[in-house]
Amino acid sequence: MKSKPLIDDIDRRIILATQSGLPLEPQPYHAVAREAGISPEEVMTRMRRMLETGMIRRIGAVPNHYALGYKANGMTVWNVPDEQVDELGRRVGALEFVSHCYQRPRYLPEWPYNFFAMVHGHDRGEVEQQAQQIADLLGDADRGHEILYSTRILKKTGLRIGG
Amino acid sequence: MDQLDRAIINGLQGGFPICEHPYAGMAAQFGITEQTLIARIDSLLQRKILSRFGPMYHAERLGGSLSLAAMKLPEEDFGRVAEIVNAMPEIAHNYARDHQFNMWFVLATETPQAHADALKKIEQDTGYAVYDMPKIKEYFVGLHFKA
Repeated sequence: MKSKPLIDDIDRRIILATQSGLPLEPQPYHAVAREAGISPEEVMTRMRRMLETGMIRRIGAVPNHYALGYKANGMTVWNVPDEQVDELGRRVGALEFVSHCYQRPRYLPEWPYNFFAMVHGHDRGEVEQQAQQIADLLGDADRGHEILYSTRILKKTGLRIGG
Repeated sequence: MDQLDRAIINGLQGGFPICEHPYAGMAAQFGITEQTLIARIDSLLQRKILSRFGPMYHAERLGGSLSLAAMKLPEEDFGRVAEIVNAMPEIAHNYARDHQFNMWFVLATETPQAHADALKKIEQDTGYAVYDMPKIKEYFVGLHFKA
């Protein structure tokens, strides 16, 4: 499977100039333009297009959730009937404490879980309450679940494209 | 963190404008000057209360591949495998979790082929199976953390 290039060289230069952050100066897009070697208008036009097409999810502040006191992050994993996972996935994703929510493959028999919902709480008690709310929402479709807590961050770098 | 810091964190997790003077426009909404807003964001970044300020790119929509994988490792070999895995530039995040599947990492690669190659290399270099856990469907990504 070969993926077609969705971005061109100019997009790439804009991404390289912004992926670690937007310049903290009054005209940040002008600074990006200088870095990328194109006009500020072109930077803004292309970034608006990337925002509209979802290549940029959003622009703004990304809090360090640990620093805000969200110290317990629980990866809740669920065994949900395949024919129900789409509808239930959308409903679980709408819960305010769920940050990421996906269908993923099972590896039977050792890994029966096909649905992942990442939740964040101030402590494990809060995470358990959140998991219970998901269980209540799933009802009979919850054929088993677990909460995997992270115990150590082994590596964390931003997502980067190469230069 | 004071009230203004909290207002900035809560109010700026998305929707930052693309225009000539974006900080000035946002600052007006908080009733502060452009310079104050810029200084506050800078300070929140320095204090690591914000991990980033700027655009969040959607890797797959840029043609890249972003995928989760897990390993089941005996405790005595965990450190050795972690070193091998962490040394690979494709690994963006790696977490230890309290489960039989005890290592979970995210690979960011520019092509699906590079993703497959990286998983194969980890299996060869460590001697353990890697469980590829790609997303089949994404239902939601995003969270508003309240400061």
